Amino acid sequence: MGNTVGQIACVAVKLVSIMIILSIDTATDGVSVAIADGTRFLASSEMRSEKQHAEVLTTMIDFVRKQAGVSFGDVGAIAVDIGPGLFTGMRVGIASAKAIAQVLDVPIIGVTSLDILATAVAETDDVIACVIDARRGEVYWSLYRYIDGKLHQVTAPQASTVEECALQTIDRGQSTIFVGNGALRYRNEIELVVAGVLPRFDFADEMAALPTAVVLAQIAHERALRQEWQDADTLVPEYLRLPDAEINWATRSAS
Amino acid sequence: MLFSESTVILGIETSCDETAAAVVMGGNDVLSSVVATQIDLHARYGGVVPEIASRAHVEAMNVVIRQAVLQSGVPIERIDAVAATVGPGLIGALLVGVAAAKSVALVLDKPFIGVNHLEAHLYAALLDDPHVEFPMLVVLVSGGNTLFVEMRSHGDFSVIGQTIDDAAGEAFDKVARFLDLGHPGGPAIDRIALTGNAHAIDFPRAMLHDGLDVSFSGLKTSVINYVRKNPTVSTADVAASFQYAVVDVLAAKARKAAHQIGAKTVALGGGVAANSLLRSTMTTVCQESGWRLVLPSMGMCTDNAAMIASAGWYRLVADGPSSMDMGAMPNLKLT
Ligand SMILES: [Zn+2]
Repeated sequence: MGNTVGQIACVAVKLVSIMIILSIDTATDGVSVAIADGTRFLASSEMRSEKQHAEVLTTMIDFVRKQAGVSFGDVGAIAVDIGPGLFTGMRVGIASAKAIAQVLDVPIIGVTSLDILATAVAETDDVIACVIDARRGEVYWSLYRYIDGKLHQVTAPQASTVEECALQTIDRGQSTIFVGNGALRYRNEIELVVAGVLPRFDFADEMAALPTAVVLAQIAHERALRQEWQDADTLVPEYLRLPDAEINWATRSAS
Repeated sequence: MLFSESTVILGIETSCDETAAAVVMGGNDVLSSVVATQIDLHARYGGVVPEIASRAHVEAMNVVIRQAVLQSGVPIERIDAVAATVGPGLIGALLVGVAAAKSVALVLDKPFIGVNHLEAHLYAALLDDPHVEFPMLVVLVSGGNTLFVEMRSHGDFSVIGQTIDDAAGEAFDKVARFLDLGHPGGPAIDRIALTGNAHAIDFPRAMLHDGLDVSFSGLKTSVINYVRKNPTVSTADVAASFQYAVVDVLAAKARKAAHQIGAKTVALGGGVAANSLLRSTMTTVCQESGWRLVLPSMGMCTDNAAMIASAGWYRLVADGPSSMDMGAMPNLKLT
């Protein structure tokens, strides 16, 4: 009996291992789409622009699908960057991913932009600080570490001032690599806090500043192998920040 | 592909605070129409908060589409085209519907149609009564618009009069907020006005001379001034007299506009078209002048996706599909 269950599990994993995943990322200043078949990349496309996510995305998905030589019927799961990031931009990708998953009747895999940034960094002993520009002098950020070859998120994602983020890296006292468009934008402010305090620190370059659908697809593949997926109806964005109206309301009610 | 009366269109509407989807066959056979309203989410802010609206749209969109498709009895792969509101409206809210609609169209390999929300309101009345005689005057009155539209045939229309300041629905909302009647203001004033005397206070009618334009900002101000000077006045009388003044202006301008274009039909559209006094007054006006009046059902006055699918069908037949590169156009006008 146990054997039979084992065999069935093997079959399922084998099917998942060749699953075609369409991944979509519009959470920051870019639009990025990729299609992967298991660990093999079939096609991807990227564009950097603050605006026009909605204008570009649908056509880009179709282009990448055609380049990959697959039909929508072949797609087994949709992966999407659920933020944090630019509210309007990220919603375009999330709404699209949810609609595609619904029509194709396939599961969806939501991954945070911070996880995607961290995964793009090669294995290191340093703390990886993923920092995304949240505008208005704030950043969305989280710290990561490789432990026994596996990436772990060691602080909960949060929105705060850049200074607060930098101070938290000091608390850990370890060499740190800062990644993301927030880290680059506020490089001077971060350096002011950590220089001479952390044993060593570094900034990942511009090429690694934004999450991409290619890295997202890689994470999604691992999650698919573990059957860690969600339902398109219930997937929600990770905003990390309340709407202004709600913040103001809470402040007014409290005072 | 040829588009005909049997073409099935999935419509999607997210321009403001309703997440809606509908399946309509041809221009007016409504197979399903689902509306998830966010009124409760915005109530305490006294108006629609764009970011809250956009968030709610993302959460509700899939379930609303699923329900509309299920209720229509048409399997999703049998949908022939997908229409969505591209404007006017709140940019972040519009984008959710546009992104979802284009994605559904892409995956089904069917055309996408970007629809002007105001054009869709013109078609809302026709959903219940499609065989109209042109020329038709459409009085489109909502929270965002007050338009007198001459419609010569499907897709051929022009705005011949409009508000120079507040929309009629906006005046209702502002006065209701001032009188502490809650949001949305239209239904609240309509309800309490039933118990008041519409002739109690003679509020000014800004007729703006000979043209077809209207103004409601002065009326709103005089209501506020009157209540401040007469704090013990009955709220029901104020509401009834205010409503009477708005309807008086709308009906007078509609009569003038209908005469001017030689209308055979007059139709109402928009949220204020649900107002009971406006409906009864327009019924009398049209009877006197021999115009046929088309009143949308209550569900078709407020924002819904059936009117989007319907307008989408007429657009598809006339102009063919829209580009997949189309985005949201928050300031789209009715032309
Ligand atoms: Zn409307």
